[in-house]
Amino acid sequence: MSNKILVFIDQKNGKANQASWEALGAGLMLAGKLGGGVTALALGSGSQQVAAEALHYGADEALYCDDATLADYRAEPYASLVSSLARGAEAVLFPTTTAGREVAAMAAVDLDTGVMPDVTALEVEGGQIVATRPVYAGKLIAKTVCSAKPVMITTRIRAFAKPTADASRSGSPRAVAPAVSEADITTRVTGYTGSAGGVSLNDAAVIVSGGRGVSNNPKLSPPAGLDEKQAEIWRAQQGFRLVGDLASVLGGAVGASRAAVDAGYIPYEHQVGQTGKVVSPDLYIAAGISGAIQHQAGMRTSKVIVAINKDPEAPIFKMARFGVVGDLYEILPALTEALRKRLGK
Amino acid sequence: MKIVVCVKQVPDSAAKMTVENGQVSWGEAPLVINPWDEYAVEAALVQKEAHGGDVIAVSLGGESAKEALKHALAMGCSEAVLISDPALAGADSQAVAKALAAAIRKIGDVDLVTFGRQAIDGDMGVTAAQTARILGWPALTLVSRISQLDSSSRTIQVERSVEDGRQVVQGKLPAVISVVKDFGEPRYPSFMGIRKASRANIPTWGLGDLGLAAPVSVVSWPKVENPPAREIKTEIIAGSSAQEIAEQLADKLLAEKVL
Repeated sequence: MSNKILVFIDQKNGKANQASWEALGAGLMLAGKLGGGVTALALGSGSQQVAAEALHYGADEALYCDDATLADYRAEPYASLVSSLARGAEAVLFPTTTAGREVAAMAAVDLDTGVMPDVTALEVEGGQIVATRPVYAGKLIAKTVCSAKPVMITTRIRAFAKPTADASRSGSPRAVAPAVSEADITTRVTGYTGSAGGVSLNDAAVIVSGGRGVSNNPKLSPPAGLDEKQAEIWRAQQGFRLVGDLASVLGGAVGASRAAVDAGYIPYEHQVGQTGKVVSPDLYIAAGISGAIQHQAGMRTSKVIVAINKDPEAPIFKMARFGVVGDLYEILPALTEALRKRLGK
Repeated sequence: MKIVVCVKQVPDSAAKMTVENGQVSWGEAPLVINPWDEYAVEAALVQKEAHGGDVIAVSLGGESAKEALKHALAMGCSEAVLISDPALAGADSQAVAKALAAAIRKIGDVDLVTFGRQAIDGDMGVTAAQTARILGWPALTLVSRISQLDSSSRTIQVERSVEDGRQVVQGKLPAVISVVKDFGEPRYPSFMGIRKASRANIPTWGLGDLGLAAPVSVVSWPKVENPPAREIKTEIIAGSSAQEIAEQLADKLLAEKVL
């Protein structure tokens, strides 16, 4: 590859994960500083179409491989092809998706180089790429460098701007051959069960989260026959319905504190925090969440934080741009209604 | 079935992290087994209980990391090994993966290696994939369920929690997996387990024991900083009714242009 930057576009069936375009934006920025061009690479079914889209987003060259061995995402053949194409590059960028992170990790082994996952900023100092990585769930920030090339970098979702697409930027994506054959691959995808559904926390621009406080409504009378714990969970589910109503008016996702997840109010996939998801939406509304340090670590970089809590001493208020000391059972429905009116929904 | 579980010792998740003079400090907070790794221990023990065999816990770190290994032993692992060598100070993810892969080879006849999804200190989340790549074994990351493990046909089938649902993947054994929280709550160490762990003799392997030259680390953190302080002036919205508060808050949110 003659270009200095290779960008892995994570795609499935012709649809790119949006964070891929943010990675491409980061790649274009680096190429601007280092000199040289950007090659985009899309793999699997529908990759030709996505490669063409990468040209609209500003890639100088776009490669794709639609071979049957790459039809379903598998780390091994994806990493082998990425590493075979990356030789000679300065950096390979990936979005911090499941595929992006592990392909970056494996390609770094193949090329005996380094990997810097989940970076939030990139600079070039004296010709060297310096990455900013939140560590300890963002409690600290590490400036990270790699002395080998090409360095594998995954960009945190929503940390880099997506370039503007321009359909007049044309060109032809070029097909490349796979690096390994089926006989060399030790895994096989046999299917999918269930789907994530809803808005994913990682890409959400708005998140409404509930905590332990969502079960705290003595006015509700649970159906007969529930024991104390079941009644608590039933109450919490009523509370999370209000959280969900607000999220849906705002086109956002539902989050939760670890306390709410551990208490069985809501499944783990909603957990925000150090041992859940680290998110960075434009708006984060925390209802009935006190704001333990582990929770703060997962949402501290949100642009605007709103805290709704009965306890005026709750630590979450210290991080909030707007605070409401009150009962979420009254405030959430009123806020949902007020925003529904204003947003015309 | 011979299973290796890789665990790391990290500052407790409640630790308040600070940097002073370039030194990272976690204050008075205890060092604990990485919370994600407890799920990896649980996954290994469940497989051992179903198929028989041994679970060997491996950690790379200083002498104190033996405490994380003792936690794994107290949960029910049969043996533990500490990899420790002054030449591994500041090791990057690939140097760590090379040492772990060498230890797994030295243990020998390993069928399955389990990892947590990531360590809560460096937040890298790449060690399982890198170790698998070095060993040339399949990497099945973010596993929420092991639906089948067959030591005679040498296959494993897992469900992986990925962006678009659960991907069902088959791989050949030996394999490396990383486990997510959906796998199921890790067990607490038993009283007998804790007693056994406190008396356990945990061997330490250096690079020489692993037959490894000091791996070269290419990734470093020359500077670690406290995050920029959030300049927040909290505005408390008050009013005589929930409606009044909500109307004010809605206007302010629109004015912030975040909707």
